[in-house]
Amino acid sequence: MAAGNDLSIKGKAYIAGIFEHPTRHAPDKSTAQLHAEVAKGALEDAGLTRADIDGYFCAGDAPGGVMAMADYLGLKVRHFDSTDTGGCSYLVHLGHAAEAIAAGKCSIALITLAGKPRTGVMPPRASGAEADFEAAYGATTHNVYGMCAMRHMHEFGTTSTQLAWIKVAASHHAQHNPHAMLRDVVTVEDVLNSPMISDPLHRLDCCVVTDGGGALIVTTEAIARSLKKPLVRLIGHGEALKGPRGGKDLDLTYSAGVWSGPRAFEEAGVTPGDIKYASIYDSFTITVLMQLEDLGFCRKGEGGKFVADGNLISGVGKLPFNTDGGGLCSNHPVNRGGMTKIIEAVRQLRGQAHPKVQVPNCDLAIAHGTGGLLGIRHAASTCILERV
Amino acid sequence: MDSAEKYPKPQGNPETVKFWEQTAEGKFLIKRCIACGEAHYFPRSICPFCFSDKTVWEESSGEGEIYSFSLMRKSASGPYAIGYVTLKEGPSLLTNFVDCDMAKLKIGQKVKVVFKTTDGAPLPFFTPV
Repeated sequence: MAAGNDLSIKGKAYIAGIFEHPTRHAPDKSTAQLHAEVAKGALEDAGLTRADIDGYFCAGDAPGGVMAMADYLGLKVRHFDSTDTGGCSYLVHLGHAAEAIAAGKCSIALITLAGKPRTGVMPPRASGAEADFEAAYGATTHNVYGMCAMRHMHEFGTTSTQLAWIKVAASHHAQHNPHAMLRDVVTVEDVLNSPMISDPLHRLDCCVVTDGGGALIVTTEAIARSLKKPLVRLIGHGEALKGPRGGKDLDLTYSAGVWSGPRAFEEAGVTPGDIKYASIYDSFTITVLMQLEDLGFCRKGEGGKFVADGNLISGVGKLPFNTDGGGLCSNHPVNRGGMTKIIEAVRQLRGQAHPKVQVPNCDLAIAHGTGGLLGIRHAASTCILERV
Repeated sequence: MDSAEKYPKPQGNPETVKFWEQTAEGKFLIKRCIACGEAHYFPRSICPFCFSDKTVWEESSGEGEIYSFSLMRKSASGPYAIGYVTLKEGPSLLTNFVDCDMAKLKIGQKVKVVFKTTDGAPLPFFTPV
């Protein structure tokens, strides 16, 4: 067998369809409708029809969950999965879809994400046994990621200027994306001069809030080869969970990416140095910096130096990242970034990214994200994708 | 601060009822496992480290130091300082820093527990020593 062994998902699932909803503000649409629109878009991209789908994956953003959503979409599936790990759910779904396809549980899987936080409609965040002991203290994404940045600065000397370079790189890419919410190129000074939201994170260290969504079609090699799209397949996947575990394991300087990353790289049989393009979830600038370290693109504590001076800008630096403008500038539907990370990685591997940001001969990419609250309980999922 | 409006009432449950009863007495309880010796927070009946059910309540010194913090400025109820404190007994916990100049907080700073009355049980907060 050319692609991995029987106990691996390596090379067994292909991404045959992608669709990112062009909207960034959808007060005139329902959330379920957005799910249907992105599903339709991904099917058209793949050249398949709704009746072909026999596996469905969605997360907490799907109104009513997988049962209600599948019924709304009119799906008849033999496999489904509604794992919810926040923003990285869809990166988890991609790995799980590959497992299901490898095991013969389904052959054409649909994954959808959609929602309207910009309009003001968001499903509530689920709380666990910790609620009585934590909810009162007002943990939000801004201040919990702020605590991560504060500790990273304390331990490693990371600076706000270094974090700002991540936003600067994203903005250089977003200027070429006609759908991006923020298309203006910004400077380090612009980031540092933007209002402080939760120390040490400024407004421009934070991602955008957008309505919208995205969808994927994942299928077998045989079906993918029968379609007309360039062949892009998953060759490695890893997932992991991390929390303070009784308060003993609290360490805000690293994420569950230290486990999901190596699992994915090992399965794929490649190293960070081989990666041509990186989609890294960018809920905040600090999210990117920590993930690059955790995935092994640089050593722990050296993320600040790694991202500075345009190293993440396509055509300029060594590691082009988030060439659609990412969550920092383009799109962050439902406050969940995992789906758009996969979609831009597939565009790069197909050679269909914007010509100004397309990485030459892009044949190996990573799509990675975290979900939940990086500073408290979170998940990470890493996908290594290859153009065949 | 108007604590009664800002902080939600703890719901409580059979596993944690003793914690909330004791906060009313001004005591800050943690749990310790007598099988492995480790303390943990928030309290569980089964130790998250060794999975023994031999966990017992222990009154914490309430003393610790700031592990990290962030001053949240974008808040309808005014700025507040969220952070993690590492207790002398070992566990770290999420809290807010109160009764202090929030602009002068520092990682490593010594802090101690203070209770603030809410519309339910008093909640533990921390303040610089």
